[in-house]
Amino acid sequence: MEMPPPDPAILARKAHLVARLAAVLPGDALIQDPRETRAYECDGLAAYRCPPLLVVLPRSTQEVSDILRICHEEGVPVVPRGAGTSLAGGALPTADSVILGVARMNAVLETDYEDRVIRVQSGRTNLSVSGAVEEADFFYAPDPSSQLACAIAGNIAMNSGGAHCLKYGVTTNNLLGVTLVMMDGTVVEIGGAHLDAAGLDLLGVICGSEGQLGVVTEATLRILRKPEGARPVLIGFDSNEVAGTCVSDIIKAGVLPVAIEFMDRPCIEACEAFAKAGYPMCEALLIIEVEGSEAEIAHQLRLIVEIAQRHNPVELREASDADEAARIWLGRKSAFGAMGQINDYMCLDGTIPVGSLPLVLRRIGELSQQYGLAVANVFHAGDGNMHPLILFDANKPGDLELCEEFGAEVLKLCVDVGGCLTGEHGVGIEKRDLMLYQYSPRDLEAQLMVKDVFDPKWLLNPAKVFPLSISEDRRRAALAAE
Amino acid sequence: MNKMLTPQSEAELAECITAAQAPLHIIGGGTRGCAVAGDALTTQGLSGIELYEPGSLTLVAKAGTPLAEIETLLASEGQRMAFEPMDMRSLLGDSGTPTIGGAFAVNSSGPRRIQGGAARDYLLGVRFVDGSGQVIKNGGRVMKNVTGYDLVKLMAGAHGTLGVLSEVSLKVLPIPEASVTVSLAVADLAVAVQAMSAALGSPFDVTGAAYDPAVGLVHIRLEGFAPSVAYRQEKLTADLARFGTAETRQSSEALWKYIGSAAAFVGRTGDVWRISVKPSDAPRLAPQLGAEALQFDWGGGLIWALTPEGADLRTRMAQAGVAGHATLVRGSGETLAALGRFQPQARPLEEISKGLRRRFDPRGLLNPGLMDTDPMTPGRMG
Repeated sequence: MEMPPPDPAILARKAHLVARLAAVLPGDALIQDPRETRAYECDGLAAYRCPPLLVVLPRSTQEVSDILRICHEEGVPVVPRGAGTSLAGGALPTADSVILGVARMNAVLETDYEDRVIRVQSGRTNLSVSGAVEEADFFYAPDPSSQLACAIAGNIAMNSGGAHCLKYGVTTNNLLGVTLVMMDGTVVEIGGAHLDAAGLDLLGVICGSEGQLGVVTEATLRILRKPEGARPVLIGFDSNEVAGTCVSDIIKAGVLPVAIEFMDRPCIEACEAFAKAGYPMCEALLIIEVEGSEAEIAHQLRLIVEIAQRHNPVELREASDADEAARIWLGRKSAFGAMGQINDYMCLDGTIPVGSLPLVLRRIGELSQQYGLAVANVFHAGDGNMHPLILFDANKPGDLELCEEFGAEVLKLCVDVGGCLTGEHGVGIEKRDLMLYQYSPRDLEAQLMVKDVFDPKWLLNPAKVFPLSISEDRRRAALAAE
Repeated sequence: MNKMLTPQSEAELAECITAAQAPLHIIGGGTRGCAVAGDALTTQGLSGIELYEPGSLTLVAKAGTPLAEIETLLASEGQRMAFEPMDMRSLLGDSGTPTIGGAFAVNSSGPRRIQGGAARDYLLGVRFVDGSGQVIKNGGRVMKNVTGYDLVKLMAGAHGTLGVLSEVSLKVLPIPEASVTVSLAVADLAVAVQAMSAALGSPFDVTGAAYDPAVGLVHIRLEGFAPSVAYRQEKLTADLARFGTAETRQSSEALWKYIGSAAAFVGRTGDVWRISVKPSDAPRLAPQLGAEALQFDWGGGLIWALTPEGADLRTRMAQAGVAGHATLVRGSGETLAALGRFQPQARPLEEISKGLRRRFDPRGLLNPGLMDTDPMTPGRMG
């Protein structure tokens, strides 16, 4: 993956930059020793690494503002970082950039059950937001798989989803307000505890902008009361097509489960070998979870089972208690771990219209044969968010490149059937060069115009989202204009 | 004499904008009466549903498609637009046919906003023509999409100032089997907000929480499968008994239309304001507004206020120390000119908004001034 060459002039000014930052930050907030900055050389996309020039770990909005103002004045790129769990290289540094990590900003600022909102500093982890309101039986709905580790800052940057967003929506649907620090250090408040911020929907465009428009230091999030209970049903089919049709029929019947998870045979086999959850060996498994009181759960599961039975399932297992429910989820939740045991893998997250599921799965199977790399599919079927896991061997020369080529073919396929390159992981560096497959140059230009307004010097999170040639042209033009 | 431009295709729409030499008043069905000087450009010629997949909960339509046409098709498959677009025609004394593009352009969200989200939360993809006459697409027709910046949200609620929508794709939802409204007799606003907070903070998935002080009733809506609704109704009624006596109505569609369209103020003179605040601030703010009549939706977070002409409610909000924003939905030309339709924003936000308008509409053709809340801008409109 090509990254822009570091600016030698910036590298030469390191000591000057350190001195300026040290003047506004406490001693422990500035890391410049290469042995320590190495910890920030990559995120969850560990195939690509580059130690940054410096790392700063501020504790307040004011410190973030000071850092950005100084970097802006010095013309130094800044890479914002939440918990570093991005699977798309969203927090990959360049050698001439400052990593701005928000991990130390993890306080709960206000909990308001009456208005059903919580205000947190953006470095707080996703799961600990729910943890902070658990005492009152509330929770924060978006639940990315990495929720134990990932930060709200990164969730906002990538507009993260999760298994339960079929019912509760993704980050953008649960975000009410932010404190945003602009690249020049200006602090702005957008939205708040009230619904729908005034004026243009700037909150909507900041969410999912991959840290390229500003640094979010605080967020007001919608919290919800927990349902009385939840229970899954596991249904096995002897073909992907039938499983796909069953999903569509359930949705058409007016049942809206909180989650519909889909696993194909390679994934079932791997999970079973790893977690021994007792899954049936079949072509496709659905795990469908519904919520409510006992009676409501029973009623919805009955409707789902009725529909499933019309499709001749090879297995139908309803959880009758918490223990059985946990066992149904066990395999699914260990899917990524199971794959990691087998081999290195690349996780894609293209999204497709639900109706195209059988076609796309078939085509992925054909591509798997063609490239000679195994694929397991596990995904959020209700909203068409695929997660093909392509297995490769990082120690085998050329395998990573082959895997990436295969991945690109799959993502193009997702776009061809009316879907998109990424449903919840973000573009980062991983998919930036495919952007012109989904969007015309003119479509991209409209997005670049937004970046021009928020960050005219193109200093925030360089080399992400857009094809490198486009963003580098823009950055050079901005420099020349000064 | 102002003309009415009615392009029949996206290409014609692009031609109209490219050829324009003077500001255009962008409208859908023309139901909202936000007067902007210049020739009118309507999307009504761009009409038709292009794709509907009930099993994927998605629909794609040209921007000028009448809402009613979409509602009819969805209903034939037992589905609907869950964001309950507001029908402001009676309140504003306008005729015209509401369009899907218009509903998204103003981010028109009804009582279900508190549970299911705003109109913008259901908009999956857009095609639009910007002020330079360029056709741009963003988003798509899938539920989850983080590919590039989310201009879909930016276009929702931009009132046509960044571009003219030509096509939208949206998420639809099943029409629930049953819907009931539990109405509680409550005389005091503070108690009403407490009751609504209790309902919305319950596990019973409330999809509407409104208070009508004129009749002293809190309305709580429950929707879903019949046995589930019956169960939740019983639990909720018991839980809320401490706030007031409850009665239940089975058919509540007309009631929620009445609430969502501020029908209580129809036929009454004066300015109409729509104020978004934190629900728990409503009891403190309401008496300070000097309103002749008030209606509360969104658990108290949405206040509809009918006031004597010219009253500046934004100043009163600031004096009460309440955060949020107030939109002047209906006012005389004079009031609109004096106060502006939209809440002025903090300087840096105003600068960002201006910067976006300058880039998406460099010639200042699209509803110029409509969303500009900077009092220093010449030609600013209400």
